Amino acid sequence: MILHQLIDFETLRVIWWGLLGVLLIGFALTDGFDMGVGALLPFVARTDVERRVAINTIGPVWEGNQVWFILGGGAIFAAWPPLYAVSFSGFYLAMFLVLAALILRPVAFTYRSKRIDPRWREAWDWALFVGGAVPALIFGVAVGNVLQGVPFRLTEDLMPLYEGSFIGLLNPFALLCGLTSVAMLVMHGGAWLSLKASGPVALRARRYGEGAALVAVAGYAFAGVWLAVGIDSFAFAGPVATDGPSNPLLSEVLHGGSWLNAYAERPWIAIAPLLGFAGALLAWAGLRAGREVSTLLASKLAIFGMISSVGLTMFPFILPSTVDPASSLTVWDSSSSHLTLFVMLVATVVFMPLILMYTAWMLGLFAAAIFAVMSAMWLEMQEDDLLFAKSGQTAKGKADDV
Amino acid sequence: MYHFLFVPLTLGLSIIIAIMETVYVMTGRPIWRQMTKFWGSLFGINFVLGVATGITMEFQFGMNWSYYSHYVGDIFGAPLAIEGLMAFFLEATFVGLFFFGWDKLSRVGHLVVTWLVAVGSNFSALWILIANGWMQNPVGSQFNPMTMRMEMTSFFDVMFNEVAQAKFVHTVSAGYVTAAVFVLGVSAWYLLKDRHVELARRSIAVAASFGLASALSVVVLGDESGYSVTHSQKMKLAAIEAMWDTEPAPAAFTAFGFPDQEARETHYAIHIPFAMGLIGTRSLTQQIPGINELEQQAEERIRSGILAYDALMTLRSEKEAAPEAVKATFERHSADLGFALLLKRYIDDPREASEEQIVKAAYDTVPRVWPLFWAFRIMVGLGFAFIGVMAYFFYRASFCGMRFPRAALWLAVVTIPAPWIAAELGWFVAEYGRQPWTVDGVLPTALSVSHLSIGEVAFTLAGFVLFYSVLFIIEMGLMLKYIRKGPYFDVSETTAWMEERAARNPRSGTAAQPAE
Repeated sequence: MILHQLIDFETLRVIWWGLLGVLLIGFALTDGFDMGVGALLPFVARTDVERRVAINTIGPVWEGNQVWFILGGGAIFAAWPPLYAVSFSGFYLAMFLVLAALILRPVAFTYRSKRIDPRWREAWDWALFVGGAVPALIFGVAVGNVLQGVPFRLTEDLMPLYEGSFIGLLNPFALLCGLTSVAMLVMHGGAWLSLKASGPVALRARRYGEGAALVAVAGYAFAGVWLAVGIDSFAFAGPVATDGPSNPLLSEVLHGGSWLNAYAERPWIAIAPLLGFAGALLAWAGLRAGREVSTLLASKLAIFGMISSVGLTMFPFILPSTVDPASSLTVWDSSSSHLTLFVMLVATVVFMPLILMYTAWMLGLFAAAIFAVMSAMWLEMQEDDLLFAKSGQTAKGKADDV
Repeated sequence: MYHFLFVPLTLGLSIIIAIMETVYVMTGRPIWRQMTKFWGSLFGINFVLGVATGITMEFQFGMNWSYYSHYVGDIFGAPLAIEGLMAFFLEATFVGLFFFGWDKLSRVGHLVVTWLVAVGSNFSALWILIANGWMQNPVGSQFNPMTMRMEMTSFFDVMFNEVAQAKFVHTVSAGYVTAAVFVLGVSAWYLLKDRHVELARRSIAVAASFGLASALSVVVLGDESGYSVTHSQKMKLAAIEAMWDTEPAPAAFTAFGFPDQEARETHYAIHIPFAMGLIGTRSLTQQIPGINELEQQAEERIRSGILAYDALMTLRSEKEAAPEAVKATFERHSADLGFALLLKRYIDDPREASEEQIVKAAYDTVPRVWPLFWAFRIMVGLGFAFIGVMAYFFYRASFCGMRFPRAALWLAVVTIPAPWIAAELGWFVAEYGRQPWTVDGVLPTALSVSHLSIGEVAFTLAGFVLFYSVLFIIEMGLMLKYIRKGPYFDVSETTAWMEERAARNPRSGTAAQPAE
C-alpha cells in the first residue's frame, strides 16, 4: 500500500479536522432546527392542533437529519480514536442523557398520535421538549468545558482516566455556553417555524425567536469576553512534528495565556465570530420584519460562524486536559494512522457526492410542495390511526392502547 | 443484544418486500401491491426501533469501552464510519420515499427505491460484520509501539477477512430465515382465522420459497463459518465441541453430552466418529487441538508475550535510541503481546508475574464450556428444523394447490419466535466464545473497559435496559395491533380486481379454501 502516500499525513490530519467541523456544523444546521422546534413546542403551540402543526413541519425530515449525528460519531471513532475514547467515557452521564433524549424523540414522533387521551399527548409533547432542549444544552455545556480544558489524563499505556464529575461539568462558563447554544438553536427553530408554519404558531415562533436571537448574541459576546479575561488557553511548549505518531504524551503542552492570541497569529479567522454576530443580528431583524427565507439563511450563517469560531480559535487543540496538559489531544497527535485517514477520505469522496445527489433528488421529487404534501400524508396517517384505534377499542382488548 | 432483536427481521423483510413488489411490477396485479404495503407497514414499525437502538451502539464503544476504542479504533472505526456513509443515509432517505412515494414515482421507480432500502440494510450488515469479524480474527493490522495501539496495515485484508465474509453471509441468511418464518407464521394465522386469504396464500408462497433457500444457505454457510473458526479461533471451536483432549485425526463429533468443566470430561457423550475432523478441517489427516493442548499453547504465548512487553517498555522509554536487538525481540514476539496483557488482571506489570499467575491467566483463556456446547447445538438443531418447515410449506404451496392442514398452520404460528432464539444463541456463541478476549489474541476484555464508577455503569445499564424493554413492549403492541388490523391499503382496488378475476375464471374460487 503506497497509494496513501499521495497525500501527506499532515494534510490528511487537517482535512479530517475540517471534516469533523463540517459534520458538527452539518448536524447543528439540519437537526438544530428540529431541536429548536422541540424546545419551543410548549411555548409556541398551546392547543393540540397547534402542536400538530408545529410537529408536522419537522415530521418528514428529522430522521434524515439525525443521521448526521450518527455519522459524526462514526467519523470521530474512525478518524480521531483517542478523542472518541476520552470524550465519550469522560462525559459519560452527559452522553447518556443525550442518547436517551435522542432515542426518546423518534418514539415520541411516532407514538404521540396513537391515543387521543390528552394526558398521553401532553406526556409525549414533554418528551419532544426534552428531546430538543436537553441535547442543545448539553452540546453547549460540552463546548464550554472543552474550551476550559477537561480533567483527564492518559496513562503511559494511553488509557484515559477521567478525574472530574458530572456536576463539575456544570460550571458557570460552561452553563453560559449551554445557554448560548440553546438560544442559538431556539432562534434557528423559530426561524424555521416562522417559515414553515402559519397562523398563531408562526407569530409566537417569531416572537420567541427574536428574544432567543438577542440572548444568543449577548451570550456569545459575554462568553467571548470571559474567554479573553478568565480562561487560560493551551499551547505547545516547543515545535511539534505535525506528521509524528499519534501519541499525545510525546509533546509538552503549556497551560496559560489567552485563546484570543490566536486572532493575533491568524487574523483571518476573525471572520468566523463576525459571521456569528452578523448572522444572529440579521436573523433578529428578519424575525422582526417577518422576512422568512432570508431569516433562516441568516440563522444558518450565525450557527456556522459561532461553531467554527470555537474550532478555529482552539486549533490545533481539540480536547485539552487541565490536570495533565501533556495529555491534551491535538490535531497533530490524536488522529488515526496515515492509511486509515486516507481510506476514510476515499470513502467520503466517493459516497458524499452520492448522498448529496440522491438527497437532492428526493427533495426535488417532492419539490416546493414537499411539506404541504408530506404533512398532508402524515395527517392522513394519523387520522387513519385514530379511526382504527376507535374501532379497535370496541372490538378488542388493551394491546391497541399501547 | 437488544439491537440484534430488531435487525434480523429488518434485513430479511426488506428483501421479501422487494420481491413482492417485483412481482407486482411484473404482473401488475394489485394484490401484490397490497402485500408490499402491508408487510411494509410492519417493516416500518420494526425499522424505527432498529435505528433507535443502533444510535446507542455507535456511541457505547467510546462510553464503556474507551481503552478498546483507543487500542483498535484505527481499524475498527473505519468500517463503522463507512457503514454510516454507505448504508445509513441510503436507508434513512429511501425508507421515507418507500412510504410516501407511491404516488410520486413510477412503478419501476418505486421498485428501485424498495430495492435500495433492502440493499442499504444489507450493506449495513456487511460493514458491521467486517468490524466484528476483525475482532474475531484480527488481520491486516500491527501493533505500533509509538502510539500504543493497533494500526491498520492493509484495508483489503480487513475487508476481505474470511471470518467476516463467512459471518456476513451466515448472519444475513439468518435474517432472511427470520423474516420468512415471520411472514409464514403471520400468514398461517390469517388462514386459520379465515381472513385475508388471498394475501396470506401468496405470502406463504413467497416466504416458503425464499425461506427454504435461506434456511439451506444458513446451514451450509454456517458450516463455512465453522470451517473458518477452525483456523482462526481454535479455542472457541474446542469449547463448542467440548473437546478436552486432542484426538487423533479425524476427530469424532460429540452430538450430545454433559460437559464437566471441573473434571475436564464430557459425561454421557454420544460420539459420531470422524464427523468433527471432516467438518472442521475438511480432511482426514489434520488434527484439531483440544482444550488442554490449547491451554498449554496459551501458556507458552503468555511467556513469549512477556518478552514482547519487556521490549516494548524499553522501546517506549528509549524511543528511537533503543538498541536494534530490543527492536528485533519486539518484532519477533509482538504477535503475543496480547497474551501478556492477560496478566494485567492479576498484576500491573506483566514482567513481574509469578508462575502461578501465568498458569491462572492461561486457564482464563478457556471459556465456560457447557453454555457454548448447548447454545451451539440448539442453534444448529433449529437451523435444520427451519429447513424442514420451509421445505414442507414449499412442497404444499407448489404441488398441493396451496392446501395446508390446520396442524401445520398452527406449527407455523408457534415457530415465529424460534428464529430469534436461534439468532441470539448464534450471537452468544460468537461473542461469549471469544472470551476472555475482546479482540481475539490482541486485547483482553478486562482491559478494554472505561474507568468508570460502578454506580455510573449500573445507572446507565439499568437506564438502557428499562428504556429498551419499554420500547420493545410498545413495539410488540404495535405489531400485534397492525397484524390484527390486517392489510388496509388499496382495499377497494384489490377487491374489485379479485372479483373480476373470479368472474372470469369461476374455478379459481375453489382454490381459495384456506385449509383442509
